[in-house]
Amino acid sequence: MLRFLVRRIAQGILVLVLVTIAVYALFFAGSPRDIARRIAGRQATPEVVDRAYHRLGLDQPFYAQYRHFVWRLLHGDLGFDFYNGQPVTTVLKQAAPVTLSLAVGAAILWFILGVSTGVYSSVRPRSFIDRAFTASALFFYSIPVFVLGLTLIYFLFFRLTKAGHRWFPASGYVGLTTSVSQWALHLILPWLTLALISAAAYTRLSRSSMLEVLGEDYVRTARAKGLSEKRVILRHALRSALTPVVTQFGIDAASVIGGAILTETVFGLPGLGWESVHAIGNQNLPIIIGVVLISATAIVVANILVDMLYAVLDPRVRLS
Amino acid sequence: MSLLDVEDLSVSFHTPDGIVKAVRNVSFSLKEGTTVGIVGESGSGKSVMSQTIMGLTRGAQVSGKVVFDGRDMFTLKRDALQALRGSEIAMIFQDPLSSLHPYYRVGWQIVEAIRAHDKGLSKAKAHERAVELLGLVGIPQPQRRIDDFPHQFSGGMRQRVMIAMAISLNPKLLIADEPTTALDVTVQAQVLDVLKRIQREFGTAIMMITHDLGVIADMADDVIVMYAGTAMEKSGQHDMFYEHHHPYTEGLLESLPAYGDLRERLRPITGQPPSLINLPTGCPYHPRCPYVMDVCRTKVPPLRQVFGEGPHQSACWLPTDKEGRAAARAAVAAGTYSGATDARLTGDRT
Repeated sequence: MLRFLVRRIAQGILVLVLVTIAVYALFFAGSPRDIARRIAGRQATPEVVDRAYHRLGLDQPFYAQYRHFVWRLLHGDLGFDFYNGQPVTTVLKQAAPVTLSLAVGAAILWFILGVSTGVYSSVRPRSFIDRAFTASALFFYSIPVFVLGLTLIYFLFFRLTKAGHRWFPASGYVGLTTSVSQWALHLILPWLTLALISAAAYTRLSRSSMLEVLGEDYVRTARAKGLSEKRVILRHALRSALTPVVTQFGIDAASVIGGAILTETVFGLPGLGWESVHAIGNQNLPIIIGVVLISATAIVVANILVDMLYAVLDPRVRLS
Repeated sequence: MSLLDVEDLSVSFHTPDGIVKAVRNVSFSLKEGTTVGIVGESGSGKSVMSQTIMGLTRGAQVSGKVVFDGRDMFTLKRDALQALRGSEIAMIFQDPLSSLHPYYRVGWQIVEAIRAHDKGLSKAKAHERAVELLGLVGIPQPQRRIDDFPHQFSGGMRQRVMIAMAISLNPKLLIADEPTTALDVTVQAQVLDVLKRIQREFGTAIMMITHDLGVIADMADDVIVMYAGTAMEKSGQHDMFYEHHHPYTEGLLESLPAYGDLRERLRPITGQPPSLINLPTGCPYHPRCPYVMDVCRTKVPPLRQVFGEGPHQSACWLPTDKEGRAAARAAVAAGTYSGATDARLTGDRT
């Protein structure tokens, strides 16, 4: 088990190294002056371009530049945002909590929503409720984020406010440390948007996983033991059915941490996705590099966590 | 009075291809402390029947009556049925690996079974009992093995764990659905020995479902031979081997490899078992039967008393007396059998 873990972590590090090489090759290829101009941003003055040129060590050979790049990364230095005149980490440190709040809340919501509807469907396959869940899952799965987001804003903000109930704000973000209730209130609509769309896949996944497990011999054994149906479903069937769901969940949750671009844009949440969109608009390359590296790290770490969780869930993995 | 009475039990499933008649009009009874063997090929309805008795067939249409220990199983409330399952009627299955939950320790699974019915029992006491049970079924070092997972046991040991779990509440009836099919021959004998010992010690009645005639020879007091979801022949164990009446029983026995004679070719029953959706008219075995007569193709033979007084019934149109049956056998062996044209063979038809 320990060897398995060490191997997975080594693989993860290798992936990250490859990502940095790819990023570096993508953003730092070409003549040094062009690169400095690109990194410095669209409206940079010649002085800024000069500063970028020297800071990045572009007068040095390519491999030395890459070495410096990695060296800086290892010291937590993601580069300098010349456009806004501050380190990239400062920008991302402000944006990350927003995205993290959005991701964690939405992920919890969609996991509960998806798994509970999926389990319910699997217990009564082909019933009216099963069909209703399947239909709504398909509906939410195919609806674009911005349509659902704007629809929620229209009904739950615009119409309610017009009717004199100002329950939800339409956009913006309040820090968790400022006010917990305001934080949650500002995030409810984005959470719902992201959760409803993502839950659909989980309804389907957990339904099919449950249906498969419910046909297993050990579920029959559980019934033959005289256990209540509730215990058979939750303790025996769901326990096994969750394994593939958890795997998918880890990967999906991690990809949201890299920034839920559409959701953040619709609800004006200044998170990583929102920063990326603005950075792209301003050709602010250092920020984009930073977001790419954070997303890649999140996904690699999530994958390792999922593998560890796999071992916690399944003793056959743990003990072999 | 018998412990289990099954009367005219039929089970069918609706499928997109049509109605599958898995079990048709089976009746039998089982006395306390005895073993009934139910033999038949795969798909003969043995397993469906046993699971129906436990109330474990879902989405099936069931008719007939099952009375266990004075209680009608089909009118029992859900809670009462649940309370009965695992405590008074227990079951073990063919594949012990897939029948145990792979994520839970075997001790946990046994304790769960005990505490599902004996809620007042403390966890520690139940654990103690589980260790004792594992020892009883012959698992070495039960104190240590109890915290292992199913995949850490060998096939035979897993089946012992299943048996330990099944007998944990001292059931009156143990339904064993092909308990040795997935095991090595040497391990099979050990597992059967465990079952016999349990029966001797606790007076448990056993319903032994198998396609292995060796298991029947080893365990059963009475035998029911099933084919295409229905009982073909019912008899005592001795009669099934030495005085069988039904051609299907004969076919089953003849398809056994003769011990010691390596040169003799196997004699399988020709043809395939019928589809349970489209059963043949008349006797379901007639397309494969060497004794087939005209009447077999049109009329379903009822179970009739054969060979005089003893509890021996056969669903076959052949003569019910020993001489007539023997004459038919001789005629088939000599190649002179001509079915319906033989007046002597078609004479006795009540």
